[in-house]
Amino acid sequence: MDSNASIESESYRSFSSRRSISSHHSKLSASNSIGEATCAEMGSKKVRHGSRGGADSEGFNLSQKEISDEDARFVYINDPARTNERFEYARNSIRTAKYSVITFLPRNLFEQFHRVAYIYFLVIAILNQLPQLAVFGRGASIMPLAFVLLVTAVKDAYEDYRRHRSDRIENNRLALVLVDGEFRDKKWKDIEVGEIIRVRANETLPCDMVLLSTSDPTGVAYIQTINLDGESNLKTRYAKQETLSKILENMSSGLIKCEKPNRNIYGFHANMEVDGKRLSLGASNIILRGCELKNTAWAVGVAVYAGQETKVMLNSSGAPSKRSKLEKRMNVEIILLSFFLITLCSIVSVLAAIWLRRHRDKLDNIPYYRRKDYSETDVENYNYYGWGWEIFFTFLMSVIVFQIMIPISLYISMELVRVGQAFFMIRDGGMYDEASNSRFQCRALNINEDLGQIKYVFSDKTGTLTENKMEFRSASIWGVDYSGGNPDLQSEQVAHEVEVDGKILRPKMAVRADPELLRLARGGRESEQGKHVYDFFLALASCNTIVPFVVDTEDPSVKLVDYQGESPDEQALVYAAAAYGFMLIERTSGHIVVDVQGEKQRFNVLGLHEFESDRKRMSVILGFPDKSVKVFVKGADTTMFSVIDRTSNNNVLQATEGHLLSYSSMGLRTLVVGMRELSNSEFDKWYIAFEAASTALMGRAALLRKVASSIESNLCVIGASAIEDKLQLGVPEAIESLRMADIKVWVLTGDKQETAISIGYSSRLLTSRMNQIIINSNSKELCRKSLEDAIIKAKKLSGPNVSSNMEGSSGAVTIPVGLIIDGTSLVYILDSELEELLFQLASHCSVVLCCRVAPLQKAGIVALVKKRTSDMTLAIGDGANDVSMIQCADVGIGISGQEGRQAVMASDFAMGQFRFLVPLLLVHGHWNYQRMGYMILYNFYRNAVFVLILFWYVLYTCFTLTTAINEWSSVLYSVIYTSVPTIVVGILDKDLSKRTLSKHPQLYGAGHRQEVYNSKHFWLTMVDTIWQSAAAFFIPLLAYRKSTVDGPSIGDLWTLAAVILVNLHLAMDIVSWTWVTHAAIWGSIVATVICVIVIDAIPILPGYWAIFHAAGTWVFWLCLLAIIVAALVPRLVVKFFHQYYCPSDIQIAREAEKYGRLRDHGTVEIEMNPILEPPRR
Amino acid sequence: MDSNTPPSSSAAAGSADPSAARRNSKRPKYSRFTQQELPACKPILTPGWVISSFMLVSIVFIPIGVASLLASHNVVEIVDRYDTVCIPESARNDKVNYIQSPGDKTCTRNITVTKHMKKPIYLYYQLDNFYQNHRRYVKSRSDAQLRSNGSADDVSSCEPEDKSNGQPIVPCGLIAWSLFNDTYDFSRNGQQLSLNKKGISWKSDREHKFGKNVFPRNFQNGSLIGGGSLNSSLPLSEQEDLIVWMRTAALPTFRKLYGKIEDDLQANDVIMVTLENRYNTYSFNGKKKLVLSTASWLGGKNDFLGIAYLTVGGLCLFLAMVFTILYLVKPRQLGDPSYLSWNRNPGWQ
Repeated sequence: MDSNASIESESYRSFSSRRSISSHHSKLSASNSIGEATCAEMGSKKVRHGSRGGADSEGFNLSQKEISDEDARFVYINDPARTNERFEYARNSIRTAKYSVITFLPRNLFEQFHRVAYIYFLVIAILNQLPQLAVFGRGASIMPLAFVLLVTAVKDAYEDYRRHRSDRIENNRLALVLVDGEFRDKKWKDIEVGEIIRVRANETLPCDMVLLSTSDPTGVAYIQTINLDGESNLKTRYAKQETLSKILENMSSGLIKCEKPNRNIYGFHANMEVDGKRLSLGASNIILRGCELKNTAWAVGVAVYAGQETKVMLNSSGAPSKRSKLEKRMNVEIILLSFFLITLCSIVSVLAAIWLRRHRDKLDNIPYYRRKDYSETDVENYNYYGWGWEIFFTFLMSVIVFQIMIPISLYISMELVRVGQAFFMIRDGGMYDEASNSRFQCRALNINEDLGQIKYVFSDKTGTLTENKMEFRSASIWGVDYSGGNPDLQSEQVAHEVEVDGKILRPKMAVRADPELLRLARGGRESEQGKHVYDFFLALASCNTIVPFVVDTEDPSVKLVDYQGESPDEQALVYAAAAYGFMLIERTSGHIVVDVQGEKQRFNVLGLHEFESDRKRMSVILGFPDKSVKVFVKGADTTMFSVIDRTSNNNVLQATEGHLLSYSSMGLRTLVVGMRELSNSEFDKWYIAFEAASTALMGRAALLRKVASSIESNLCVIGASAIEDKLQLGVPEAIESLRMADIKVWVLTGDKQETAISIGYSSRLLTSRMNQIIINSNSKELCRKSLEDAIIKAKKLSGPNVSSNMEGSSGAVTIPVGLIIDGTSLVYILDSELEELLFQLASHCSVVLCCRVAPLQKAGIVALVKKRTSDMTLAIGDGANDVSMIQCADVGIGISGQEGRQAVMASDFAMGQFRFLVPLLLVHGHWNYQRMGYMILYNFYRNAVFVLILFWYVLYTCFTLTTAINEWSSVLYSVIYTSVPTIVVGILDKDLSKRTLSKHPQLYGAGHRQEVYNSKHFWLTMVDTIWQSAAAFFIPLLAYRKSTVDGPSIGDLWTLAAVILVNLHLAMDIVSWTWVTHAAIWGSIVATVICVIVIDAIPILPGYWAIFHAAGTWVFWLCLLAIIVAALVPRLVVKFFHQYYCPSDIQIAREAEKYGRLRDHGTVEIEMNPILEPPRR
Repeated sequence: MDSNTPPSSSAAAGSADPSAARRNSKRPKYSRFTQQELPACKPILTPGWVISSFMLVSIVFIPIGVASLLASHNVVEIVDRYDTVCIPESARNDKVNYIQSPGDKTCTRNITVTKHMKKPIYLYYQLDNFYQNHRRYVKSRSDAQLRSNGSADDVSSCEPEDKSNGQPIVPCGLIAWSLFNDTYDFSRNGQQLSLNKKGISWKSDREHKFGKNVFPRNFQNGSLIGGGSLNSSLPLSEQEDLIVWMRTAALPTFRKLYGKIEDDLQANDVIMVTLENRYNTYSFNGKKKLVLSTASWLGGKNDFLGIAYLTVGGLCLFLAMVFTILYLVKPRQLGDPSYLSWNRNPGWQ
């Protein structure tokens, strides 16, 4: 991927220089490719770039090279036998199931043992099978591993069974396939590449097909791709004119040469040879498996990719896997614990060695060693392999005995806890979005706790902060501003209706209209202004790719016109045009029908240059009924003004520019509309070039772009439109909460600077008290200079603040700094040494607003921050352009909104609204982090206590790894005795209520400061562990000194003491006790007692009835009580001192929650000091 | 959602049916559980709570400690080490040789009772430095064989004392093989003291663990004699010395019950013990002691628990007082928001 990206950018650069595109574009793409490379380094998600990267560069690839024969697949139309004779292309049967009956066991085991934890388990279990090392009995040593494997295998088997079932259903669906000249039903799984298939309306497509013909005479088919990418709008696909009529006759002569199957669902590249003519096929000529045919009676296509090779199957990969920061940290401590384990084992082996050495003369006959076996005639050593081996075996045996020092069960517990946490996040009613009927989604299960430590939030604007529901607000036509559609004035909601063939047609959406403009529009073309208004709305109605659909309503005489298209902006403009009496009624590839003030007019669409992100404009060439030809162009102001003829109508131009400025400062999205009348010669010239370009086999996209830019020139500006994209509900509050939580919010948007700033104000990202630093530079040197100046300025601004903070808490005034930087400057900054400067500057700023950024720049910015800090980054976005950023950040969140589901597919979490970020981070993130952090520490402690108790005892057994504790108890300790409470607490414990957490975002700082899990806590816990294990071990040891006590009895005491101890330890740290927690904690203790009793009731175990004898004495109970109190007192004392004399924020909030003091004081204080303490760095 | 303005892009032609949408609503069902709003008790470590619980601990612990100490002090325990003394002066250079050589090893010890001892008086032998918990030793037994006659051949775990002359040993294994075989006889003023050797083992062991129809077989027949032999006409369930011995001790210094004297002993009584010093602890420097002890509710003489309870109780009392003083000197209002880090004076950090 990396090399690919650089090759693309390389080719792009050479190409663009030839075409003399301003050099910053090529730089931009160069930086992008590197930005992408840095992200791609992060591993498994590389492949996902494929689809998007491919889509971006499709044009270049297409234009640069032909498909070579070895990279191509040849499909002979309607000749599957010939198609498949050379290469065996995949059949159409699919198989999502992983296993068959035979392969299940080996494959499933193989996959399960991908986890290090299981391998560790396995190695220990195998070691234990060696007779010299048999510490535990066979059953006891294998049981835990077998149990976990079995549970997972059963789960996998069940899931696979369901996949098998759905595969079977899918494979047995029927499709109409052309066989011997007629269409017959054929099962999906029998479809072969090369066959011709006919699909009817609302049917699902069985495989990827090149469209040959449709019920529409122009060859248009509409498909819904909701199964593929979740986008529910209709997309248009075209059959080639050349194939339209020859569905049944001599199709077999056709040959399609297409690229090898790949996962790019937005690109397709092929040639078709029909009747000796070569036709070029693109993404708009292919319909993909899983899509549904809509609004088209039938469509016929030829299968090119089938079964596993279809794009939808190639794209069905799981969620990206990431590892959480906490887990990475934890692994460091796991390594420490391994060292600790090795140390323990070494101590035991060395001591054992010394003991053996000292007693080497007596070993033969010591009754409890008896090295010699006298039962045979020749006396031999029994179970003794020499000094060195004995030490080695002792070492391995101690590893087996102390194995749970490495809390392997922790990994399994963590997975369970994350599933539980995800359960609660998904079911949180506060994160359910009514509008899109979507719940919160957890796509990645490994990073729940990262949500509690987010420091940087990178947010897209459109569709993320805003609703991406465009509303036409104002128009500037011929230098006159029409903004009368003021919401305050209750202006009329116009839904212009027309009558066609006795039916009333009404646009589906009403638009607030300006009365003056409405009057002008209805007035016709007589007046000078009326003419321009006519042109303007005609441009809006025609210059787009919107397809109108006429939908029935309950009232049979009224029909709704529904505009379907990929761009919400275009929809809004077409609805606006309709409201003003220019209703688009019909669109085919050859013409459009627009109802102009009740009069149906037909315009021929002679050519269409689609919107492209580089040109940032689109144009349509219309043939008017009076034979005149006009080109209408619509595009972003930056690119439009460069192609506008500035020589005439300069005052109109200036007025329009003024209006644009005022619109964008209101936060509106603007588009400029221009037009030009084409003379016959001009048109002919263009037409020839256009025809040549669109049928070109080499470099088609580039040629088309060249043609487009030749016609999009010397335009006359008609006016500009302004569309409002409303902020989502709760966005300003959410941003304020995030800022109070000391999370840095960066907004990355493709919008204009003015629009971005005004959205910044309305979303309270920027405030009037904030000092703005704006960086707009056109060269690297200027960039460096403005960055350096800005850093000085930012330092000056933040410098005095610190000192003013010193003076008094309430009077402290901080002047936050907001940085605004545009995409052009970023081109020079990203991937150069200036990145460092930008990062320095940004760390002084509480808000960063990047405007005019390209999709890959977004990822570049995320990577810039991620590279330089260990703080967690979160990216949130809704569109395909946010995918790179979402994948690059530590946590990626997709908004399931209007722009399809690509962002969601790439994300770790998905939700319906931006404002859910607040409950997600401040509440669930905080909880998850607190719970997980505590759980890890507790698991270390829990296992270490037990191991140390075993270790102390080993010191009294000649270092021979005897355990007084029954072997079953030591195996069950981490499986049954103590596992449930930690999982329950990890899922359910709440340190603070949802209400407190969302009301006081500052509490989120606990995660930033790593308050729960850090080295200090780890070491303190370990010290505490040593004390607790010592108390648990030595109190019985001393109490039973010189007594008749037998091993199993004292072992049962240690078992019970350890279990009660660790459970009470946990109980001491639980904050909220629900019935579930009670049940888990006390239930565990009871379960342990039952287990111990059951084990001691088996007569063939040496410890038979021990617990009953032991429990019948007072010493037993006094020991138990003394152990628990003595072990827990130090912890309780430290905990109390810490909580009382240096309370954490959480502790105070918890107290306040209980005693109800926070509400009256707290909120006032918080409003006084919106910004938290200065960053501690 | 305004019904006039459904999101145009999400409403595919003809598929928008509001009632269907409502039916398919994915809104999570509200329950206190899923919203994590279960009623919960949230205890907080308040000074009052902490001080009173420490007080409570000390109030409970100190009396227990005193009672334990008293109990321990009321136990009369007489320990007599005899492993060296019972070897004739001349043989002390090579104790192992002496103990392994045949011959009469009877030895007499006179023990003076220091204090009045109430019946029953427990008689223990104490071995030091004998690792009955050594891995090789602990494992060397066959519980199945001990329990039922049918499993006599189940000796695989008993190596190297599994078979003798090709026949399985019952009871097999190192533990049984090393059965303690010193014997003691007591007399006071020339009068035999009756020693009750019934019921010295666990009832559960006699009834369920050691079979009533399992008889010693082929026992102590090997070339190396480890310890005592068994009466092969008595079933294992009645061989109480063996049952006691087979309850392997947890620690290297241990006592095993030998019998009970059902008679009071007066202070300054002189007890004459006639013992057969046969058991070889000399090869590994093990000590042998004879212990006469009364019992309290807490067992034998051991001050540890009493001291431990007094220490913990005293410490808790001390801590409770420290906390009280600190609380009075430097109180903090619980939940006072002015302690919150963002409300504190930043310069103070």
